[in-house]
Amino acid sequence: MNIYRVGWLAKLLALITMGFLMLPLAAVIPVSFTDKRYLSMPEGDWSLRHYIALFNSSEWINSILNSTAIAISAALLATLLSTTFVIAVWYRSNQWTRWLIGLCMLPLIIPPVVSAMVLYFMTTNVSRIAPSLGYDSLPGVILSHTLLIVPFGVINMLVAISRIDRRIELAARNLGAGLWQTTWMVLLPNLRLSMLTTFLLCFILSWEEIAVTLFITSWEVITLPRQIWSGLRDNVDPVVAAISTLLITLTLTLLLVRMAVYSWRARQHP
Amino acid sequence: MITRLPEHWQYRLLLWPLPVLLLLCYVVPFAGIITWSVTLPELGVDNYVRLANDPSIHAVLWRTLYLCAIVGICALLLAFLMAYCWLYSSSRWQRWVELCIFLPFFISVLVRTFGWLVALRNNGLVNGWLQDLGLIDSPLALTRNTLGVIIAMVHFMVPFAFFPLLSSMRQIDDRVLLAARGLGASRTRVFISVFLPQTLPGLLGAFIMVFVFCLGFFIIPAILGGGSTLMAAEYVFLQMFQTYNWGIGAALCVLMLVLVSMLVWLLMRFSRVERLVG
Repeated sequence: MNIYRVGWLAKLLALITMGFLMLPLAAVIPVSFTDKRYLSMPEGDWSLRHYIALFNSSEWINSILNSTAIAISAALLATLLSTTFVIAVWYRSNQWTRWLIGLCMLPLIIPPVVSAMVLYFMTTNVSRIAPSLGYDSLPGVILSHTLLIVPFGVINMLVAISRIDRRIELAARNLGAGLWQTTWMVLLPNLRLSMLTTFLLCFILSWEEIAVTLFITSWEVITLPRQIWSGLRDNVDPVVAAISTLLITLTLTLLLVRMAVYSWRARQHP
Repeated sequence: MITRLPEHWQYRLLLWPLPVLLLLCYVVPFAGIITWSVTLPELGVDNYVRLANDPSIHAVLWRTLYLCAIVGICALLLAFLMAYCWLYSSSRWQRWVELCIFLPFFISVLVRTFGWLVALRNNGLVNGWLQDLGLIDSPLALTRNTLGVIIAMVHFMVPFAFFPLLSSMRQIDDRVLLAARGLGASRTRVFISVFLPQTLPGLLGAFIMVFVFCLGFFIIPAILGGGSTLMAAEYVFLQMFQTYNWGIGAALCVLMLVLVSMLVWLLMRFSRVERLVG
């Protein structure tokens, strides 16, 4: 591995790049503790007033609850749909299934603003028949998010299933299992962990989706990113700094836990 | 119940739900967008004629392409550096590189844009440092202009370029580099003549990917550009919700899709996509 080393210049430049990548995140944190009503660095007095404002505001709390409900439902749907699809493709793969995989990748390749327009068209047309399922409704947002995040689910599950030994299908079939039994009793238990990571990835993607959400909601369904967006557009509200700091802390904690688990596992099974 | 169904029906039940949902809720509505582009405000190809002739739209389109190219190149350089350092460093370095890539990657684009707004303001961190160092007297204008948009977009794209670059670099056989060293090439020479050429397909693929992602972007320009850096995606947003000119917005969407299809075709033609995600 270490036959080829990085020179000091590359290391220095990499350190600067790492600083660049961390800069905007580091800049937010002190601002959230300001005691002023406007966006500023705390001078002398640090205060928690914007955190208190955040937790006392029903708008912000509602947006967090909305985002959580949407992200859980969309991630569940996307995981379920991508898992069944990928299993079917794994059983029998041919020219047709390759086209179908291409179809499933469309929402990933197509620019978000075009997706937003397409989903705006879809939800407003659904609204004509059933207003509670279409534009600016919870089910409408859940369906739209599901369509957007499903390519990531399909990629994740395709990578996972390609690692499964094909002979377990043959073994199960040989022992007389039908397609349903093979799927349910042999394949799915082997995919449990990958389904969990797919769910988590989809959850995060839906939780922070903003471009499409801006198009397909107006005032009924306000998600957290949408609430942040309105906090950023007019006079920048320091509450945005408070919620941003909370999100950064949460993400950092999860990442550190993940890294700790990985290095612990590496030490257990060297 | 399901077990009583014949096998080929069970198989169809597994295969079809996702493609059918996508067809009904994504592909069919796209046909609707095409209809909008030729029927609103009235039947005909007026919207496309306007796309071809209106100088203000041309300015938006050229600005979009040019910004995407700059962002793509800068993000590629930084991501290349990070991937290179990840590959040939100690595991402690690798840990830090991973953290610096993953943390921004998982944080919402809004939070990051807000972070840049705070850092680049007139009395923000960056201007403060530059003034403390005595490099500038009065604060530089870094937000509400194109420079701020480029900085934030590069920041957003580095992780997206990092993963495909890393996976193409990992396929390089270390022994080839070692052989070149053994034959007397200097370290710089090995890098330029042996390492770099092998990463070219990865670089091209990553560039096209980043370029395509940049095209549809409007959150960062909308917040950091302050109206001065109107890009295609934000233009569509304004046509939809401020001037209610849906026809021209839809036509622009169709044009963007054509452009993206051409780029994706190029990507498939010149680099193997499987190698970029593997």
